[in-house]
Amino acid sequence: MSRGILLYAQITKSGYVHPVFFELASKAQELSKKLNNEPIIALIMTTKGNTEKFKEGFQKFGIDKVYALENERFENYISDYYITSAVNVIKQIDPSVILIGATCEGRDFAPGISTALHTGLTADCIELDINEKGQLAATRPTFGGQLMATILSKKTPQMATVRPNVFKPLEEDVVKDTEFVYPEVNLDGIEERVKILNFIKGIENERNKLLDAKIIIAGGMGMKNAKGFEMLEDAAKVIGAEVGATRAAVEAGIAKRNMQIGQTGVTVTPKIYIACGISGAIQHIVGMENSDKIFAVNIDKNAPIFEHCDCGIVGDVFEVLPEMVEFLKKINENI
Amino acid sequence: MMKILVCVKQVPDTTNIKWTENNTIQREGLESVMNPFDIFAVEEALKIKNKRHNVSITTLTMGPNQAIDMLKKTIARGCDSACLLTDRKFAGADTYATSKTIASAIRTKYADFNLIICGQFAVDGDTAQTGPAIANNLKIPQVTYVKEIVDANEFHVTVRRELEEGIETVQVKLPALICVLQGDYEPSPVTINGVKKALKTEIDIYSADNIDIAAEDAGLKGSPTYVSKAFRPVKKHECVFVENSSDFCNELKECLQDE
Repeated sequence: MSRGILLYAQITKSGYVHPVFFELASKAQELSKKLNNEPIIALIMTTKGNTEKFKEGFQKFGIDKVYALENERFENYISDYYITSAVNVIKQIDPSVILIGATCEGRDFAPGISTALHTGLTADCIELDINEKGQLAATRPTFGGQLMATILSKKTPQMATVRPNVFKPLEEDVVKDTEFVYPEVNLDGIEERVKILNFIKGIENERNKLLDAKIIIAGGMGMKNAKGFEMLEDAAKVIGAEVGATRAAVEAGIAKRNMQIGQTGVTVTPKIYIACGISGAIQHIVGMENSDKIFAVNIDKNAPIFEHCDCGIVGDVFEVLPEMVEFLKKINENI
Repeated sequence: MMKILVCVKQVPDTTNIKWTENNTIQREGLESVMNPFDIFAVEEALKIKNKRHNVSITTLTMGPNQAIDMLKKTIARGCDSACLLTDRKFAGADTYATSKTIASAIRTKYADFNLIICGQFAVDGDTAQTGPAIANNLKIPQVTYVKEIVDANEFHVTVRRELEEGIETVQVKLPALICVLQGDYEPSPVTINGVKKALKTEIDIYSADNIDIAAEDAGLKGSPTYVSKAFRPVKKHECVFVENSSDFCNELKECLQDE
């Protein structure tokens, strides 16, 4: 048995394995079956002794083998050190597929790897499959989400970055007797060209609550100002929802950055999504269209949001929303 | 002298896509615009030029001849010169072949650059790969997701990165490549003097033979990836309109009770 599906286990600045790794691990089980059970391999890059902390996670998520690169210079992600070291070890592993989370770090890291390995890279995929010829078929949105493209690679390793929160992590543990190897890392003689001077943790250092929310109430420019978003917060409390926002609302300063849903924000999949004063730019739609039920309030009957919802009302959000809150409060009292 | 190269791309106006009956994108009448992220790549370069003496900015693109208009506009906004890489051999390139071609052009024609600035994403392909891949081809350091250049001199550039987990300030040794996000400000306008200069400025045009790239390394031939299938996303929701708020509330209530 050779080759394999290599998954990059990104360690976040807060010191845990990024959840997208577990989503990839779950998808890799399925892909491996279609690739004659090629092994699932994880690559982790961290400081000395730190891999130990994550051993159990790898064992429960069906990882056959872990390559742990440990070095003091891996305290923070620095592209020069990470790419050089990863390329060396990937050349030895020679996997058929490499999957990396499409996080800021992943999208910085992956192009360097593919360039050095002289292979292709498909960005920000939302579906992966193995075709009848045993090739990785990676599907991704292009043209701002208006067109989907399935991409194949003529060369191996076949590489893709995968958007977080698209695949579900395994529901049940797949326990494996994971093998851990610690290849030597030699960074001597690599010049320090990039230096981190300072890092200010944002509110997003904790897992964004929108990712796990069952109900989301989100606002766009139609909410007009921060007061409008306070109305959403109040409504959210009544129904136990989290508040989301469009990019436009965030950039206008009326909503917080960690509320941003869409192509450049988070991708969400709640049971119920209530879009208030959101016109429905495709960049927003791609981040919420997998919600089970979508409700929309907008003053403009031609707003594209109505193409992507299940129940819509053409009306002033500042009239509909207070009525909705009153109505829901009454139901709550009656329960 | 600080020499800045800005990589720019002409993209179809994705906010206004129309579909043919066969569910393909209607390319006729589809307007081309400068990638919005690249507008800020130019802008960050102009900000350095405004603060320092002896800065020259060259904008560079790969594409068809019609991209000259976009390059002229960058000169009208204050850049000094511009370069178009155009050749039939470049057509159909993926990010691997594109970055190899652009890196080859930089190596042969602009080897004395100090800083390369790219937009973080292009709104058509949205891969965010060409910038970092150019850096890796040229073996220079890269810094992505840059919101703002804080400081720049001949030796170093200090930037503020906007990441999922927070704001990182990074210093990078030149020569280097940075990829910038869209800024929260209005880009500088075209000036009359700028337009005059743009009219007078000759765009440097290079083909594959001029920039030392083999035909098998460029375009479709040099691309490891290819599109096997393109399709319109399936519509996932069908809207039922309700007339008044109470109907809306009742629909919502039923849904909430199912939960």
